[in-house]
Amino acid sequence: MKYLAQQAINALQLGSIYALIALGYSMVYGVLTMINFAHGDVFMLGSFFCLLLIAIVPVPFWLALIVVMGATAILGTLIERFAYRPLRNAPRVSAIITALGCGLVIQNTTLGISPYARPMPHLLDNVTYQFAGITVTTLQIIIIGVSVGLMMVLDFLIRKTSFGMAMRAVASDRATVSLLGVPANEIIAVTFAIGAALGGAAGLLYGMAYPVVSAAMGITVGWKAFVAAVIGGIGNMRGAVLGAFILGTVEVMTVAVLPSTYRDLISYSLLLLILVFKPHGLLGKPTIHKA
Amino acid sequence: MYLHTRHILAALVLSGILLTSCQPTKPSVKIGINAELTGEMPAVGASCKQAAELFTEQVNKAGGIAVGSEKLPILLSVVDNSCKADQSAAAAQRLISQDGVTVMVGPNASSCAIPAGEIAESLGCLMISPWSTNPKTTQDSQTGKPKKNAFRACFTDRFESPVLAAFATKNLHAKTAAVLYDVSSEAPTSQSALFKEAFEKAGGKVVSMETYSTGDRDFSAQLTKIRESSPDIIYLPAPYNDTPLIAAQARQLGIKAPFLGSDAWSSPDIIKLDAGKNLEGSYFCNHYSTEAATPKAKQFIADYTAKYGNAPDDVAALTYDAMALAANSIASAGKTDRAAVRDAMASTRTFDGVTGHFVYPEGAREPAKSAVIMQIKDGSFHWVSTVEP
Repeated sequence: MKYLAQQAINALQLGSIYALIALGYSMVYGVLTMINFAHGDVFMLGSFFCLLLIAIVPVPFWLALIVVMGATAILGTLIERFAYRPLRNAPRVSAIITALGCGLVIQNTTLGISPYARPMPHLLDNVTYQFAGITVTTLQIIIIGVSVGLMMVLDFLIRKTSFGMAMRAVASDRATVSLLGVPANEIIAVTFAIGAALGGAAGLLYGMAYPVVSAAMGITVGWKAFVAAVIGGIGNMRGAVLGAFILGTVEVMTVAVLPSTYRDLISYSLLLLILVFKPHGLLGKPTIHKA
Repeated sequence: MYLHTRHILAALVLSGILLTSCQPTKPSVKIGINAELTGEMPAVGASCKQAAELFTEQVNKAGGIAVGSEKLPILLSVVDNSCKADQSAAAAQRLISQDGVTVMVGPNASSCAIPAGEIAESLGCLMISPWSTNPKTTQDSQTGKPKKNAFRACFTDRFESPVLAAFATKNLHAKTAAVLYDVSSEAPTSQSALFKEAFEKAGGKVVSMETYSTGDRDFSAQLTKIRESSPDIIYLPAPYNDTPLIAAQARQLGIKAPFLGSDAWSSPDIIKLDAGKNLEGSYFCNHYSTEAATPKAKQFIADYTAKYGNAPDDVAALTYDAMALAANSIASAGKTDRAAVRDAMASTRTFDGVTGHFVYPEGAREPAKSAVIMQIKDGSFHWVSTVEP
């Protein structure tokens, strides 16, 4: 029993990080109906910004989190403004290619500046608690806590504020919304900023949990979080979180009970199965596209 | 038509381009380096490139390699394979077909060396891998017999894994072992299978064999499973940038068993990336040690440190030896014809390099040479023992 409890904690941590990144994908898809493939690399830059910040001035964890989220928010806005806005009315394929290209540019620029993997310095004292045969570290508690906290703030923002309402309006009908006086471009820019900030936070937390930072670290995690967002229903915030925790749990639990070589095979087969029965994702609703 | 100014201008530009591209090429011996300059193990590629450049500089200063009656300088061609199989094959193709190298030194990572070996074999060019220990690099995948053109300067996993298994059972008194390895990479997969075989033959029992994929960072699920099986030691044939992460997570979960590594740990970067000192006291197998160095090795270490500011690791030392083997083969063949150089390499029986005494039995592509067991202690590598073949 305690073995499963330990694995459950592992799954929670993994799921939390996937959730923060998946939210970024869903938010952008919601307002722009495009997949921001550069998001995984924004996540990677979150780790690098943290490295850079600590190297210049050692700050406590909470301040590093705020600064990194701010920096990635600015980055997200810039990407939207200069890479995606010009293609707002272009065919879907062009936007996808731009997004992929953006991601590759970010990755390779970082690779050019820092080809070697770097260690992430400690931001917190990591204390290991042992109770009933299970070990939990302060790092795990902080990661899960901060992730859940940010998700709750986002949920409140979307459901209970007028900005959130404007975001949902832009997501449902962008053309009409501008006729009603809502500044669609600004809403989209802020949505990107928030999505990128969450990705940056995920990058910082990930760098703290797995303290070897390299330019290619965003690729696998980015794709997995994207899969999680789709499973939960792309465009749906709560769906993104649900999908992420499901993916994290499936990945950890397949290793827990089966030989670990089957992990990716089983995880993605299960997820494919979910899509077969619910093609729009678990919480997604079928949308009618006007011709 | 009239002769306009633009025609004269075009003619001038064209002839300018043609003239500058027709440079008289000085005769030289071309050696190609296929290295992992970017990707998962850039420190390995850097060591390889630096050692190759040091060797080239030293040989060229002395006039070059004696090819027949004249001395020709070495012209080095360095290509990056990004530690990826497809790019490695492309790099080999470029070095052999485009740059026209006589010998290719590298790649180092087995996952890159195996495809590059296929290209070298089909194009008929000698390849000497400094660091690849996977037996498949020099083996023909269809017949199982040794490839004609692929050689290596290091021992293979077939020698290394039993050495580590013997050390685990005799010196560390381990009766049970757990193994965690990257199933999507050639080197760790073969090393783990051979270690399991050797460990069980030596009387031990492998209680847990867990895997992950390249690029994974979270090993908590696999390590929690390993914790349940309570092994005496954990065999971790992971490269230098994954190992500190795995060790940190293992210690966080409360696993106290010591770690045992393969030669993939050999880069000093492993200590730099191990901020939590979780690898303190762990052992691994290596190709050479700066502490147990022969006079020849000491000279190489001094030269390398003087030029680059840090001591050479095993990749650097093996590359230096691979370059020497290549140069010797070219010199004894007396010409830069690829088949002749290859035959000269195949008839090499003994060689004394900075990594020790090499013995190539007839028909063998890898040398019989000694291995060293190292320990990570007080933030650096310490020599523990040497194991003769």
